[in-house]
Amino acid sequence: MAAVQDGQLNMEVEKDIKTEITNDGSGNINANSSSPGSTSSGGKSKSPAGSGEDQQTLLAVLQFLKRNKLTESVDILRREAGLSADADDSPVSDSAGAGSGGVPNVSADGGDANSLLSRVSIATPVAPPATAPPKATGSMASGGEDQPDVNVVLSAYSQQGDPVLYPLYYNGLKKFIESVLDCHRAELSQVFYPLFVHMYLELVYNNHENEAKQFFEKFSGDQECYYEEDLRILSSMSKKEHMKGNETMLDFRTSKFVLRISRDSYQLLKRHLQERQNNQIWNIIQEHLYIDIFDGMPRSKSQIDAMSGSLAGEGKRDANKAKVFYGLLKEPEIEVPLDDEDEEAENEEGKPKKKKPKKDSMGSKSKKQDPNAPQQTRIPLPELKDSDKLDKIMNMKEATKKIRLSPDNLPSICFYSFLNAYQGLTAVDFTDDSSLIAGGFADSTVRVWSVTPKKLRRVKSAADLSNIDKESDDVLERIMDEKTASESKILYGHSGPVYGISFSPDRNYLLSSSEDGTVRLWSLQTFTCLVGYKGHNYPVWDTQFSPYGYYFISGGHDRVARLWATDHYQPLRMFAGHLADITCTLFHPNSNYVATGSADRTIRLWDVLTGNCVRILTGHKGPIHSLAFSPNGKFMASGATDGRVLLWDVGHGLMVGELKGHSDTIYALKFSRDGEILASGSMDNTVKLWDTLKAFDDVELDDFTAATGHIHLPENSQELLLGTYMTKSTPVIHLHFTRRNLLLAAGAYNP
Amino acid sequence: MAEERRPKQCTVVLPTESMKAMAESIGVGQLQEESCAALSEEVSYRIKEIAQDALKFMHHGKRRKLTTSDIDHALKLKNVEPLYGFQSQEFIPFRFASGGGRELHFYEEKEVDLSDIINTPLPRVPLDVSLKAHWLSIEGVQPAIPENPPPAPKEQQKAESTEPLKVVKPGQEEEGSIQKGQGAISAEAKGKKEGLMRMKPRSTHELSVEQQLYYKEITEACVGSCEAKRAEALQSIATDPGLYQMLPRFSTFISEGVRVNVVQNNLALLIYLMRMVKALMDNPTLYLEKYLHELIPAVVTCIVSKQLCLRPDVDNHWALRDFAARLMAQSCKTFSTTTNNIQSRITKTFTKSWLDEKTQWTTRYGCIAGLSELGPDVIKTLILPRLTVEGARIKAVSEGPVVSNIDKIGADHVQSLLLKHCASVIAKTRPLPDNMEQYRADYGYLGPTLCSHVVKARAQAALQAQQVNRTTLTITQPRPTLTVSQSGIGGSGGSRSPSIIKVPSSLTLMSTRPGTPTQPSPPATKYIVMATSAGASSTQQVLDGSLVITLSSSSGSSVTSTVASATSTLQPLVKLESRGAGGLGGSRPLQKYIVVSLPTSASSSLESKSGMLPPSSSSTSPISLEAGMKMDHTGYVPNGTLLPI
Repeated sequence: MAAVQDGQLNMEVEKDIKTEITNDGSGNINANSSSPGSTSSGGKSKSPAGSGEDQQTLLAVLQFLKRNKLTESVDILRREAGLSADADDSPVSDSAGAGSGGVPNVSADGGDANSLLSRVSIATPVAPPATAPPKATGSMASGGEDQPDVNVVLSAYSQQGDPVLYPLYYNGLKKFIESVLDCHRAELSQVFYPLFVHMYLELVYNNHENEAKQFFEKFSGDQECYYEEDLRILSSMSKKEHMKGNETMLDFRTSKFVLRISRDSYQLLKRHLQERQNNQIWNIIQEHLYIDIFDGMPRSKSQIDAMSGSLAGEGKRDANKAKVFYGLLKEPEIEVPLDDEDEEAENEEGKPKKKKPKKDSMGSKSKKQDPNAPQQTRIPLPELKDSDKLDKIMNMKEATKKIRLSPDNLPSICFYSFLNAYQGLTAVDFTDDSSLIAGGFADSTVRVWSVTPKKLRRVKSAADLSNIDKESDDVLERIMDEKTASESKILYGHSGPVYGISFSPDRNYLLSSSEDGTVRLWSLQTFTCLVGYKGHNYPVWDTQFSPYGYYFISGGHDRVARLWATDHYQPLRMFAGHLADITCTLFHPNSNYVATGSADRTIRLWDVLTGNCVRILTGHKGPIHSLAFSPNGKFMASGATDGRVLLWDVGHGLMVGELKGHSDTIYALKFSRDGEILASGSMDNTVKLWDTLKAFDDVELDDFTAATGHIHLPENSQELLLGTYMTKSTPVIHLHFTRRNLLLAAGAYNP
Repeated sequence: MAEERRPKQCTVVLPTESMKAMAESIGVGQLQEESCAALSEEVSYRIKEIAQDALKFMHHGKRRKLTTSDIDHALKLKNVEPLYGFQSQEFIPFRFASGGGRELHFYEEKEVDLSDIINTPLPRVPLDVSLKAHWLSIEGVQPAIPENPPPAPKEQQKAESTEPLKVVKPGQEEEGSIQKGQGAISAEAKGKKEGLMRMKPRSTHELSVEQQLYYKEITEACVGSCEAKRAEALQSIATDPGLYQMLPRFSTFISEGVRVNVVQNNLALLIYLMRMVKALMDNPTLYLEKYLHELIPAVVTCIVSKQLCLRPDVDNHWALRDFAARLMAQSCKTFSTTTNNIQSRITKTFTKSWLDEKTQWTTRYGCIAGLSELGPDVIKTLILPRLTVEGARIKAVSEGPVVSNIDKIGADHVQSLLLKHCASVIAKTRPLPDNMEQYRADYGYLGPTLCSHVVKARAQAALQAQQVNRTTLTITQPRPTLTVSQSGIGGSGGSRSPSIIKVPSSLTLMSTRPGTPTQPSPPATKYIVMATSAGASSTQQVLDGSLVITLSSSSGSSVTSTVASATSTLQPLVKLESRGAGGLGGSRPLQKYIVVSLPTSASSSLESKSGMLPPSSSSTSPISLEAGMKMDHTGYVPNGTLLPI
């Protein structure tokens, strides 16, 4: 015990002297490792070592012991492991035990000399081999090369690099990358951010508060601007204790940051780091980064920028390899009643000729099976009821009257302003036939309005219902209670702001998700709550019905998206993988897939059947707040707080367009009924219309780009922008195209 | 930018003194410095963490403002009990205190007497959420309706007029979040595509059918015979946001109208046109600079023209000159820049013709009025030195051989005008005492009268100083018009300030736009109450000067009767009335209540009674004109009652 103390004291003294002269940190390490870190590491060190780790691990443990002057244990371990010994002595295990005498001064001196050497070697790359004179290897308590192993075994961040050297390492790499050929520079620059983060976290983890702070101040300015948000979170973390339970921290620790780098660039980096013996950085790269190496041309800066920005780097390429059946399901066979109905309508209108061919084409189209479509029964869908069929017929009839939109023929926009909402409107939804509007409010209420002259009525009470003649034709009319007719109804039940709201396709139900962690299913017949789905314990940010009803998806603060069926009180699927809150959810038009957008700035596409994540789409630089699928299911649009809309090819998992123009969060996105026009609504009080046909046409998709995913995005936002419509002071939070392609927008007037 | 901010973010930590203060507040006396440091770091971190979570709630709440409830929810996420008592929607009233070398911000928790709360009347129940639909766009074109923002904001109108060669690209305007007519965007985009670069974008001034109709209606109403319609039309001009397309037409209408009507000596029409100018200037969405070359000559004409009416001896063209002069002063204030030098050019013009010996009394009056409206500085430097000369001239007319009646009237008016404006300036600048002889020596013929006016002005100023805090009128609140108009517009009208509200009993409340740049005197709210009855009697009362108006927000129906019944109730207003007649500059933030009673017909009896505002040649009633003109000043009160406070 005394000896250890002595040794430390010596070190302390030396350190003091040295910091003055050379600013060396080797003493620091020792001092630190014998304080809190050492106990934990000491405890853990045995198990992994015993469990047959490789030689490196053993070496690492040895070094650890040596550093703590436990020469005896070193010796034993050495003997046990049958390693060629450098050092000597015998007794048994463990750090906690007393360290007997030894030669602290000598070894420390050796270490110092060595560290000086290594520092020299780092500063001047001329003499890399000078680092490790064979005699000194044993006492290499400092410097770079021996570092990795122990700490890797112990914990993600217990690496004990010399904190003072961190900026040097980083700077060295920076210099190297700056000196590299232009074509590689952009690619290699991707390494900066994750390296920076991990180095900083390491420093913090090892209690080098001041060094961490300095490191941050020195290099945070170099990072890409779109990481600012994360850097802010990072900067607030300045103590080890803070790391406990911090989400960002957890994300960085548990997941590997994914980079895509061409083989050439990667080799370059690797060679450099090995030459320099820059193990600190090399370790971080090995431990915390996943480098997705591809063959071919290095990517350009703009290509990289387009794809980066998410919390955990880009999606791995093979993550997007799975086949996605993005085609639409075959429409059910309801032609026969349609014919009858249409015939009648035609006769009334007196021009049957014109309509006939149209209808036929429609029928034939729906009969043909889309090769990209999933099997009809891939997931079980609810059977169509008579009322659904009627609705489908209505839908088709309306569709024939649909306005053909084009850049020369823009849709009209009808804006529904919520007045006197006092900033409390948090979610809006329209029914597909645009007859009802529902709003979720911060005061926990859900309100439903009828925007047609047809008022909202409740079903009569059970007692009254029993008096009704059930055989009569208009029984559906009779069950409604005329006395309750009103233009709007309020649904009470939640105990927190309602953040998500969604009508069922048949207009019988309404879903709402709330801060209170529940999703509620409301009946629009009785205007009461039917079920409260409990599963998320944290705020549920969004919920969405499947286009075929029955299923719905919800996602929230707990980072898990859940797939539910209305008649099950427990979720059918849980989609886990996002690294931050799930902020928006959406069903694919064929109901076989679910897209979720998240605050980790990625979009994931999940297969409902298998529960697998089939697409990870990166490129947004802020939390994603809106998603939209094109009606043909082939494309997707997403909008985020960064004010950009990104367009995606779902089949290839590629970004195919970027629409810049909004200056604030985009809360609403919707494709027109035929997919020619995309409408986006934003917090900046505007609705913008974009020419998506052109956007998708402009993208040249050859095999190469499709295979590698490296796409040149045309800078054509301005040409694609068809119109900007500004409201007076109403953020646009929902958009909806009616069946006839009239655009409805909604938001709360905000005086 | 980011670089500057980040280090800060990294280091911002609560001061340790705060920790100490907080510890003391919960009874922990001696806190070690180290514990303080450790605590403050920990607390700062936790606070930041909570703030980040709260931001999430703000984003999902689709708001830009972080509220206390967001923080509560964030605390709930962390399983911390939320803070109670911070429910304020708008701001949290932290108070500041310092002492003993310490500075504290604290949340004041007052003891509240429950009985007080119980006894206070319940606040108005907030309006329920409602849904309102409007067209944001019709087939790609945004209609110019009140629910939509003005099609071209002032900045853009300015940009268009000052930099016509700069082709406005859609991208550029988005950056400034300035929007533009949509048709133009697509047209421009197409133009770009075809590679056609125009030298100067053709500015289209085509009016839609609706706009043409509107223009017709408005211009007809403005010069028509129905006063109510005119008021509405003027209000529309003053407030509607979508007029800029029509601005060139309005401007031409006014300038042509003045040209024609000056020749025809049609006083009434000139007055109407000037009121249109005023309304245009009041409209905050219009960029008038482009049309000053038409408007200013028209206004100046109305100030200095030799003859403005058929019978200069009886018609009150003086009021028009005053009004136009005020307009001129206002536009000098608003539009004068170092490049266009409007003010100095106008000043020169006025001075030049005033100095001219042959100038007629009417023009002379106009010049003086125009100059004196430009402010006390102008009066001091340009008018006061000439008082002696002018006095001699007046003396020549009034005491000399009887020339024409017209000259005499003109001289009289010039005299009273000079007295009115100069007295207030002299009262402020000239030191006491007010010696009659001294005045005569300094100012010549006008000296003695001026002296008495100055004395009066001084007395009034003193009185005013006394009365500033005393409420003389029992008028409930400045609210009533606002609330009425809110319900009228339906909330989505938003920034539109209340305009004309028709109350069933033919009572019209008007309030000028608050905060318009053209209003010189700061936050004065004005009401004009016009009632169509009781011409003669009320006039009498006003001239007597004792009158009380009680305006209540709910019932405006009884105004006419109040006018009559309140005659005897309150005395202080006598003084006010006289002061008003003395030409009080509206420099104080006072509320003015102007009551104009409209006669049932434009009868000649009125004219004879007042003797100041003769009937115009047309059958229109001049009273409301007065109402419009007397918005700022309360000089001539012919047949309405004006009560300045």
